[in-house]
Amino acid sequence: MNTTMLNKITVVVFALLALVPFQNVVYDLFLMKVFCFAIFAASVNLLLGFSGLLSFGHAAFFGTASYVTAHIMKQWGVTPEVGMLLGVGCSTVLGYIFGSLAIRRQGIYFAMITLALAQVVYFAATQLPFTNGEDGIHGVPRGEFLGLINLTPSSNMYWFSLAVMLFAFLLIQRVVQSPFGQVLKSIRENEPRAISLGYNVDRYKLVAFTISAGLAGLGGSLKALVLQLASLGDVFWHTSGEAVLMTILGGIGTLWGPVIGAAVIVNLQNYLANLGGWSTITTGAIFVVCVLAFRRGIVGEIAYRLKIKL
Amino acid sequence: MKKSLIAQSVASALMVFAGAATAQISDNSIRIGVLTDMSGIYSAVEGPGAVLAAQMAAEDMGGQVNGAKIIITSADTQSKADLSASQAREMIDRDKVDVLMGNVSTASALAAMEVADQRKKIAMVTGAASLPITNERCNPYTIHYVYDTYALANGTASAVVATGKKNWFFVTADYAFGHTLQRDASAVVNASGGKVVGSVSHPINTTDFASYLAQAQASKADVIALANAGGDTIGSVKQAAELGIMGSKQTVVPLLMFISDIQALGLRETQGMNFTVGWYWDYSDANRKFAKRFQDKFKGRAPTSVQAGVYSATLNYLKAVQATKTDDSDAVMKYLKSTPIDDGLFKGTIRADGKFEHDMYLLQVKSPKESKGINDVAKIARVIPAAEATQPLSASKCYLVTGKKPS
Amino acid sequence: MFELLGVTPQALTSQLLIGLINGSFYALLSLGLAVIFGLLNVINFTHGALYMLGAMFTWIGLTQLGDWVGMPELEVPYLAALIITPIIVGLMSIVIEKTMLKRLYHLDHLYGLLLTFGLALVIEGMFRHWFGALGNSYPVPDMFRGGMRVGELFIPWYRLWVVGFALFVCFATWYFIERTKLGSLLRAGTENPRLLQALGVNVPLIITLTYGVGCALAALAGVLAAPIYQVTATMGSNLIIVVFAVVVIGGMGSIAGSIVTGLGLGVIEGLTKVFYPQASSVSIFVIMIIVLLLKPAGLFGKVR
Repeated sequence: MNTTMLNKITVVVFALLALVPFQNVVYDLFLMKVFCFAIFAASVNLLLGFSGLLSFGHAAFFGTASYVTAHIMKQWGVTPEVGMLLGVGCSTVLGYIFGSLAIRRQGIYFAMITLALAQVVYFAATQLPFTNGEDGIHGVPRGEFLGLINLTPSSNMYWFSLAVMLFAFLLIQRVVQSPFGQVLKSIRENEPRAISLGYNVDRYKLVAFTISAGLAGLGGSLKALVLQLASLGDVFWHTSGEAVLMTILGGIGTLWGPVIGAAVIVNLQNYLANLGGWSTITTGAIFVVCVLAFRRGIVGEIAYRLKIKL
Repeated sequence: MKKSLIAQSVASALMVFAGAATAQISDNSIRIGVLTDMSGIYSAVEGPGAVLAAQMAAEDMGGQVNGAKIIITSADTQSKADLSASQAREMIDRDKVDVLMGNVSTASALAAMEVADQRKKIAMVTGAASLPITNERCNPYTIHYVYDTYALANGTASAVVATGKKNWFFVTADYAFGHTLQRDASAVVNASGGKVVGSVSHPINTTDFASYLAQAQASKADVIALANAGGDTIGSVKQAAELGIMGSKQTVVPLLMFISDIQALGLRETQGMNFTVGWYWDYSDANRKFAKRFQDKFKGRAPTSVQAGVYSATLNYLKAVQATKTDDSDAVMKYLKSTPIDDGLFKGTIRADGKFEHDMYLLQVKSPKESKGINDVAKIARVIPAAEATQPLSASKCYLVTGKKPS
Repeated sequence: MFELLGVTPQALTSQLLIGLINGSFYALLSLGLAVIFGLLNVINFTHGALYMLGAMFTWIGLTQLGDWVGMPELEVPYLAALIITPIIVGLMSIVIEKTMLKRLYHLDHLYGLLLTFGLALVIEGMFRHWFGALGNSYPVPDMFRGGMRVGELFIPWYRLWVVGFALFVCFATWYFIERTKLGSLLRAGTENPRLLQALGVNVPLIITLTYGVGCALAALAGVLAAPIYQVTATMGSNLIIVVFAVVVIGGMGSIAGSIVTGLGLGVIEGLTKVFYPQASSVSIFVIMIIVLLLKPAGLFGKVR
């Protein structure tokens, strides 16, 4: 499978995306939202597509980072990169803890433990005073990146988000193509064999889970800055489900899949929402069609036809 | 003399031009964005009916103000703060909306208010209830139109205590709105000579209330007050009927209820209940006329207080634009806060903190025999004067009133 | 009389009773899920939507059907609905199984879960679109109106009927699967479908029927629920993850396990509502975490 094609495509796409603030057709806030969810979906993809683990509770990490960043930015007035670092740090630690508990179990039980743990986080979010419960944290300042670049103007925030997504993208690529990533793949393909080869499978899974949690947190922190709010929706289990849907729609195990999946779903939510129940019906129909006939997802299908890696 | 006369004429001519430049309507159209819950739990309270109400107001203005066309757009927040924030931004940045209308559900309203404040556009909140909207979270571009928790507490609680029902037990939804409602109502109960004998908090979106209602029954309080909303209120009322509380010595008092909730529950189980609204269709001829117009276009359903509020808010906004000859938010807000409103549906004034002070109505649900149609659900028990139904301006924590900007 | 943490024994008893009633609901719902997982290895997310369909069809039968077919007097009474509705929903789900679910058996059971999740969204979306979000009220059937007073407690007859009937159905299902010949065929189908097929048994037919029956059980729970809870399009989605938790705790595939766990969790949830009500929604999940850490396949499950 050819990876230089992938690199060329990556460069072209990112270059095109960088030009968005200069035109009026595509709305930059919409794209920023897509970036946040693309990172979130990519974190689920890392776990599902490359390690074979389905987590139903990733919203816990997304939302925790979102709340932490929102709270810190509002209360302490730090620069955005510090706010995001602390948010990601919290979600990573949470990921390590949850992962340690969940890894011991397999398949559906693993998924259910992650869901249950996420529900506990949801409950905590409704009770802890700093989250403001149902109301959420509003008016989160975007701050000045490195103390120099004010992120309040849309175009600055857009390039910042694009840079964060590029960072996430490259990080995932590094992980997947590294020896560590190869071991993960072998665990996904044939776990007993990997164990017999002497790999400490649980440890690899835990590291993958922790990295995935950190990435989900990156998406959450960014979202808190883009939309300037953190709310209970961030930790609700529907959000975890949406991330899984984006991953599957885009294509499990591809790099660009989560981005395309996120773009489609965010688009749908925005523009179908006016038509009453149609947004839910369409989302469900997409799920059904994807699972029955379209299992490779959009990007996966394209990659398969063109025989390249995407 | 001649020189100064010419100078004066030139100066006045220049001033007319300068004045005309500011007194202008942006891109020659007035855009109203109805930001509401189109399909979720509050869609019947506000939702598509609110969009219709706004359109009716635009029609009544002739579709244009001073030659500028009125354009009405809408977006669905599904009562989610995230969607509200991004839709509000998109409406203002891309669709050049001048005013955000509706904003049901407090979390969504706060998100939209934040965006509106940043961009200096007006947000008219008709559907959300929380008091902080005109207190801690107030901003110069928000108007809180139809009702709030203070009005609900003062309207319903004081009226019920006055009928001799002094001991109260609260079934409260465990979030800010529920707690605020309980707090405000408890204050009224205590001040009126009543007593709060107990309370229980349930998670929002609970399905089964039997346990909480059983605790309420065990307390033997005269009143079981429901400090919750939407599906929680409907669930509690239905199960209260099932547990035989209706028709017993205890009275169920929902602190927040709309005619759409009663229509969903049916009159058999809700008859006799008291609740407070900001407007009811069967109160005056003007209201009835408006309701008839509305329901002819809305599958026979009468407008809720919130939907009527959207009509009134839109109409008065457009009139303000007409009077000030501009859609510049500062000018329009100044006009709205200084001009009394009397449009046949609502009568009152908008205060410095953004609160629209007007009468509220205590209603009592009719029995199935008394009701002559699907909309005929209640009768007016009492008109609550504006001064009683609104938090006194002196008690407001809004920085526009106190002068102390929040940190 | 002594008080336990501020709660009188009478209040405690009434809460326990209410918990037991809720528990029987959970048991009935999780029974269908457990049967489907045990025999088909499919995690049937559609269960919540089917429960909602059961309630909706019951309501439609009583109030709307007459108008639709031009006979306004036509009303499907409650007892008839109790039988007809599960059959209709069962047939619908058999169609689903034959057209869609069948194609996924050879794949990771993740796909079955995703398909059923998607179907649940479609069904809920449709009903939300047609009937709105506030739902409709279904009256308690006249024969069950009222209740009895036990001291301070008022127990509605209808709720007692629900417990009784639900437990009866649970027991009947358990008996059928564990003690009859047809049931033993079903169990054999789980263990080794190929061998069973080789012995001449029509295994695909059994699988299809099992799915249909499991889904019919969900609809039955919906019919029972209609008079108590407001019939809304989203009533199933609020319940589904709790029911999943029950099945997982009980041990997926164990019929007896899900019944016992359903009842037990109902009681525990009821107690939480007395002592720490805000946490009642999350209590089941906390228990799930504890149980899964100590017993990986659930309380009564077998590790596969």
